[in-house]
Amino acid sequence: MKKRSILFFALARVTLATAGVIVLGACLSLAQRQKENAASRTNRLADAALAEVPEKDRQRRNPFEGDTQAMAAGGKLFEQHCAGCHGPKAGGTRHGASLLREEVQQSTPGTLFWILTNGVVRHGMPVWSKLPEPQRWQIVTFLQSLQLRPPNPRPAPQNQSTRAR
Amino acid sequence: MVARIFSQSIPRMCPSALIFILSLPLWASSAVWGQESPYIVTYDHYLEEPGSLEVEYFSTFGTQRRGNDFDAFWMEFEYGVTAWWTTELYLAGQTTFNDSTILTGTRFENRLRLLQREHIVNPVLYLEFENTNGADKILKEVEGHDVESDYTNRNGILRQEHDHELEMKLLLSSTFNGWNVALNPIVTRNLLPSEPWELAYALGASRPLALKASPNRCNFCPENFIAGAEIYGGLGDARSAGLHHTSHYLAPVLAWNLPSDWTVRFSGGFGLNENSHRLLLRWGLSREFSGFGELLEHFLGGRR
Repeated sequence: MKKRSILFFALARVTLATAGVIVLGACLSLAQRQKENAASRTNRLADAALAEVPEKDRQRRNPFEGDTQAMAAGGKLFEQHCAGCHGPKAGGTRHGASLLREEVQQSTPGTLFWILTNGVVRHGMPVWSKLPEPQRWQIVTFLQSLQLRPPNPRPAPQNQSTRAR
Repeated sequence: MVARIFSQSIPRMCPSALIFILSLPLWASSAVWGQESPYIVTYDHYLEEPGSLEVEYFSTFGTQRRGNDFDAFWMEFEYGVTAWWTTELYLAGQTTFNDSTILTGTRFENRLRLLQREHIVNPVLYLEFENTNGADKILKEVEGHDVESDYTNRNGILRQEHDHELEMKLLLSSTFNGWNVALNPIVTRNLLPSEPWELAYALGASRPLALKASPNRCNFCPENFIAGAEIYGGLGDARSAGLHHTSHYLAPVLAWNLPSDWTVRFSGGFGLNENSHRLLLRWGLSREFSGFGELLEHFLGGRR
């Protein structure tokens, strides 16, 4: 009788532990799927926003193109203003699209500048025209540099001088 | 109501210190660096980032010619609900020298962005409900026929008057070449049926000291400072609109956005006529916390 009772409790423990693992696994899987859904949704919305940029604005040239100082300053600005939503390495979060994706990296500087200026207000991205125009171009310079090197928002020491304000 | 609960339950504690202490736990959590405007009275069209909470403490020292000088203070909790809607709660109080320190009421405001994209002029609708008493001296807006002599009575008398006001502003703001210019026409209505609509205005202009960011993290980089000026005052009421028996102020303003996540604001307001306080010296300290919305979601068990 005592042996049967011990066996019963052991079996019950194993069953409970197995059930716990299954429930935990299901929860984690669900959470992961929700996270992926949210991330893919933000990426999809970002693509739609990129398509809305007027042709005239797409053609605008970045006055800081190739300027390594501007790139470093842009990295600092990204860390301060953008990393909260887009992630510290621009890889995206639930609230902000990944900026490392091909659709973003292949966009013209003018397109990125327009998105920064006007935001995507109905989908949660605020307008950033409160940053002066040169600072927005510095961020664009940084974003475009991400395709050339592994993402690192920290500014690196540079020698090249910056252009006019 | 809030003022009454506070003043009854903690009668001997200075409300200014109480407001400050209540906000301390928030200031210990994660923060983001903001690019805050220097205005104290005028609003531009920039709203709080979605999911971010900005906690602000402001103080106004005012001189009075026929009464005691005062220090009015208020706390603002500003939350970005979406990219086009910001909501805010104020708790206000004041100390009148040689008199007393009291809490003077609460305000609840909402700002709604009317257009999706940036335009030459960007309109934002501002709606506020005020539940204050007559001793309120924060002078966050100067309306109708508000004049210096309205504030000279002792707190015990002033606090007997209760104001339930609805305030509406149209925030018109434009940013060009680093300059921001903002104009706020204001209408206010005390909810008592006998009271007329009061009219007011605020106008501000500001610019960062440098438009380009430096590559290094620095406290004193010129781009961290935004300087400007604002002018504000009353325009009478619906029964007697105009400048007669109104007060007006001109105030240079400065904001210092620190990389350590704090923003400090200074403003020295000078009365422009005999009805105005001669000096309104203001300062403010604020900090923005990203991810507050997410924290709230977890707490409430929901998800975005």
